[in-house]
Amino acid sequence: MVADAKPRRAEEAASHAHQVPARTGHTQRRNTGMPLRPEMFEGHAVNRSAAERRAATLTTRRSVKKAHQAAWLVNAVRCMDLTTLAGDDTAARVRRLCAKARSPLAPHLIEGLGLSGRSITTGAVCVYPTLVEPAVRALEGSGIPVASVATGFPAGLMPLDLRLAEIRYAVEQGADEIDIVVTREHVLRHDWSALYDEVAAMREACGKAHLKAILATGDLRTLRNVYAASMVAMQAGADFIKTSTGKEGVNATLPVSLVMVRALRDYGDATGHRVGFKPAGGMKSAKDALAWQILMKEELGRDWLAPDLFRLGASSMLADIERQLEHHVTGRYAASSRHAMA
Amino acid sequence: MNEITNILETLDYGPAPENTDLVRAWLERHDGRFGHFIDGAFRPSGGTFDVFEPATGRHLASVTQGTSADVDDAVRAARAAQPGWAALSGHDRARHLYALARHVQKHARFLSVLESLDNGKPIRESRDIDIPLVARHFYHHAGWAELLEDEFPSARPVGVCGQIIPWNFPLLMLAWKVAPALAAGNTVVLKPAEYTPLTALAFAELAADCGLPAGVLNIVTGDGSTGAAIVGHGDIDKIAFTGSTEVGRIIRRQTAGTGKFLTLELGGKSPFIVFADADLDAAVEGVVDAIWFNQGQVCCAGARILVAEAVAERFETRLKARMKTLRIGDPLDKCTDVGAIVHPVQLDRIRKLVSQGAREGAVLHQTDAPEGCFFPPTLAVGVEPASTLAREEIFGPVATLTEFRTPEDAVALANNTKYGLAASVWSENVNLCLDIAAQVKAGVVWVNCTNIFDAGAGFGGYRESGYGREGGREGMMAYLSHPEPKASGTEPEVPAPQAAPGGGAAGAGIDRTAKLYIGGKQVRPDSGYAYAVAGGGHAGLGNRKDIRNAVEAAAKASAWGAATGHNRAQILYYLAENLSARAAEFEARLRAAGSGVEAARGEVEMSVRRCFWYAAQADKFDGAVHQTKSAHVTLAMNEPVGVVGIACPTSVPLLGFVSTVLPAIAMGNCVIAVPSQLHPLSATDLYQVIETSDVPAGVVNIVTGMRDELAKTLAQHDGVDGIWYFGSAAGRKMVEAESTGNLKQTWTEEDAARNWMSAEGQGRRFLHRATQVKNIWVPYGE
Repeated sequence: MVADAKPRRAEEAASHAHQVPARTGHTQRRNTGMPLRPEMFEGHAVNRSAAERRAATLTTRRSVKKAHQAAWLVNAVRCMDLTTLAGDDTAARVRRLCAKARSPLAPHLIEGLGLSGRSITTGAVCVYPTLVEPAVRALEGSGIPVASVATGFPAGLMPLDLRLAEIRYAVEQGADEIDIVVTREHVLRHDWSALYDEVAAMREACGKAHLKAILATGDLRTLRNVYAASMVAMQAGADFIKTSTGKEGVNATLPVSLVMVRALRDYGDATGHRVGFKPAGGMKSAKDALAWQILMKEELGRDWLAPDLFRLGASSMLADIERQLEHHVTGRYAASSRHAMA
Repeated sequence: MNEITNILETLDYGPAPENTDLVRAWLERHDGRFGHFIDGAFRPSGGTFDVFEPATGRHLASVTQGTSADVDDAVRAARAAQPGWAALSGHDRARHLYALARHVQKHARFLSVLESLDNGKPIRESRDIDIPLVARHFYHHAGWAELLEDEFPSARPVGVCGQIIPWNFPLLMLAWKVAPALAAGNTVVLKPAEYTPLTALAFAELAADCGLPAGVLNIVTGDGSTGAAIVGHGDIDKIAFTGSTEVGRIIRRQTAGTGKFLTLELGGKSPFIVFADADLDAAVEGVVDAIWFNQGQVCCAGARILVAEAVAERFETRLKARMKTLRIGDPLDKCTDVGAIVHPVQLDRIRKLVSQGAREGAVLHQTDAPEGCFFPPTLAVGVEPASTLAREEIFGPVATLTEFRTPEDAVALANNTKYGLAASVWSENVNLCLDIAAQVKAGVVWVNCTNIFDAGAGFGGYRESGYGREGGREGMMAYLSHPEPKASGTEPEVPAPQAAPGGGAAGAGIDRTAKLYIGGKQVRPDSGYAYAVAGGGHAGLGNRKDIRNAVEAAAKASAWGAATGHNRAQILYYLAENLSARAAEFEARLRAAGSGVEAARGEVEMSVRRCFWYAAQADKFDGAVHQTKSAHVTLAMNEPVGVVGIACPTSVPLLGFVSTVLPAIAMGNCVIAVPSQLHPLSATDLYQVIETSDVPAGVVNIVTGMRDELAKTLAQHDGVDGIWYFGSAAGRKMVEAESTGNLKQTWTEEDAARNWMSAEGQGRRFLHRATQVKNIWVPYGE
């Protein structure tokens, strides 16, 4: 599509390349972004019916059973951004969440799965900016990165300088990853340069912290919008593209996710950069955890099943995973009261 | 490292086997041996053949080879049961069909596992596609049974139906055949394919369980010879066959002249057309669903990928990348995309064709496949229209890739095949999609999707992919008969034409010479001979070259089929106007041919009325929008058959011509008419009327001469899409037998059977004969 993009990008990538903090566990060279190139997404066809068909059969074509299912669920935990984004969040609530992030699975499950001695933690903890500081403190020494939402989450309708200031605040507080929201209006109006400039400015404000661009796909509605917004966010330097805030009417769905991972595949083909994907919102079950991993494996391959390129943004999914693993280990169905809550 | 930590490294899927214990226990309960299911009970097994599990080669069961005595028994049981079954109220039959649907649903997993064991198809497909469609088909047809009298007034069941089904969708094809047959009040003798008879036998058991009356459904197992015994049976009223075009031809020949109803669902080599503005990822996934579905053993498989040059390279790259994630292997594993080929014989056929394709220069891209009866998903590039791989139906997981330049080019390539079953069109431009859908010669067109099925839509082909539809209203019509006029038993004498001088035939006034009418021009017969017509005058003695020229002219006039109904109506009204203006002349001609004054006036008057009736129908014989899946529009469009040859009735030379030619042209067909051999001059007089009525050149062609000789040439002509013949018993048999070359649609009737002056002489039945239904699937949603 943009045959000439690769060599130039590689050169640019070398000049901008820098390693992220060890704590995030990221080993990827970061996406450096590129100039806005609308021809990479304008007119790109996305057929909704076909996307829905593919999404519907992904999980009927593949099945993960027994030990494999257990391992896949453990992997989902490793890729999970354990999240609390509620109006009644407190420092104490965040500490509880962080404790769960450090040991997401009960000791007898770790033992039963033969994982003793291995550090099994969630991929990150995700909180509001004012709660970054308690999270960082609670996670000290764990290697678990703290992600903060920012930029006027969830609607993002705040002056840009305030949104950028919020990013800098969260980074100063110690956030390793910033989950920004894009201005939906820019997408709906196809004002790609405004969108590009906004995300690029946010990326700059993030500094060493990774930028996860929330597209709020439930607000964008059409899959063509989703593809275009994904591409602009990546061109502007997003390290991850993320479906939803969890606050839209429709949050992560498989068809939307399919379109986003195809966009990041296309971006990667054109530039050589590997961008991560984070579905978020509405995913509550272990079954969902398997479905999204199947999507990643089928469309992108094994590399996209690791936390540096894949995160599941979820708050209640972990409890269901733990219950399923309990069943795998003990052969009995579990009661959630027997597992530590987040 | 332990198991979990190992898996955490690879994140492989691991095995996900479907349990087969219950099915194997069922086979054991039958001692692995099955007899026929006749008159409501299983017969003891007789001389048997073995049925294998293709994935492993393991023996599954021994099944009885049906003899002609077995077929006799089954037909006798079906015949005995038929009146009682037909006498049930539609509601009572609906209850039985509903029970069958419920039973299929209740035993869905059992049937899925049995199907995958027997056929080798992935459990995902039998579980998610085949068996749910089976249940859907019985539900849908429970509805038709309930509504039969309301929706098809005056229709009657055909009687006893002999049904022969293939091995690729064993139970689904049974459902497609059995459900409409039973709904319409027919009884059935069905032969499942010899490779895959087990789900049919399990279904028979279900039918007995849910109280289907004895004899209504009979299953006779066996090979092709059993099928031949069914086809050749004298007491079967209809044959429905799904399978190869080769066998379809044999069946057509075998049933010629027997009066048996016949529907054929045959092979295909369906195009899969990807335009530059398509969602390429969607189209790649479409290829997976098109040709790597059921190991490509699908009659409507999109086997010929035609892709716009502008995106060909990108498309090919993506398709190859997608091939790498296909999983080939154990059909009973839930992660399998492509299972086993049904039988080593079929595997051998696929291998031979593919290696021949490779020798012809095709470059093959293949994935890995396990040892045994498996064939790897294959993409053949560098395939030209002349390649074997582009022309022959492979019935395996082999797609060809050919590039096109323009939409016209795509249509030309798509239609460059003897088949016409299905097509798939990929573009985000609705104008383009519907334009291509209209131009592709196929019974089913999928827009931005492929291999989508529903009981509510008709399925069936154009050209050598067969005739008749399965599913929907059009499918029910294939199992209903209408009161047709009975043969009188006395054929009108048609003496051999006298083409030498001495025949008399001097008329009053200036000597007029009737010529042939081909391509809008009056032409002399190629033979150079004329024959004397009783009552005065001469007519040209047309021969095979005249037919050839007429077919050529008709094919060139195909734009007529795309004219609006209104436009065609205007021309037919004009025809009526001009005919009426010259009524006296036509009456005189009829009187010269022996008609009385009143009869002649009546025939002309009726001919004018018939013009009006078909003019009225020209813009009213609508298609339908079927209720199928959510967010899909399924358009059932009535399209003309194409080039139609008509051997007109003898007795009413003007009205017979008008009554047969008009319905054909009203629906957009182009016609080669052979007028009454005895009295052709009424028809040849008409060419002046046709000329003055703005009928475009080539739409109606008239070749006078020896009816049966000309009909034979028409029946044999591969450029003729349909033939209607009103003539002798021997002629009917000849026409049906000779039609097998391109499997053209035939309609034959005893010459004197119909009273053309009565209501029998016109009607919607004529329009159904003049059309074929194309189902176009258009999913929507943004």
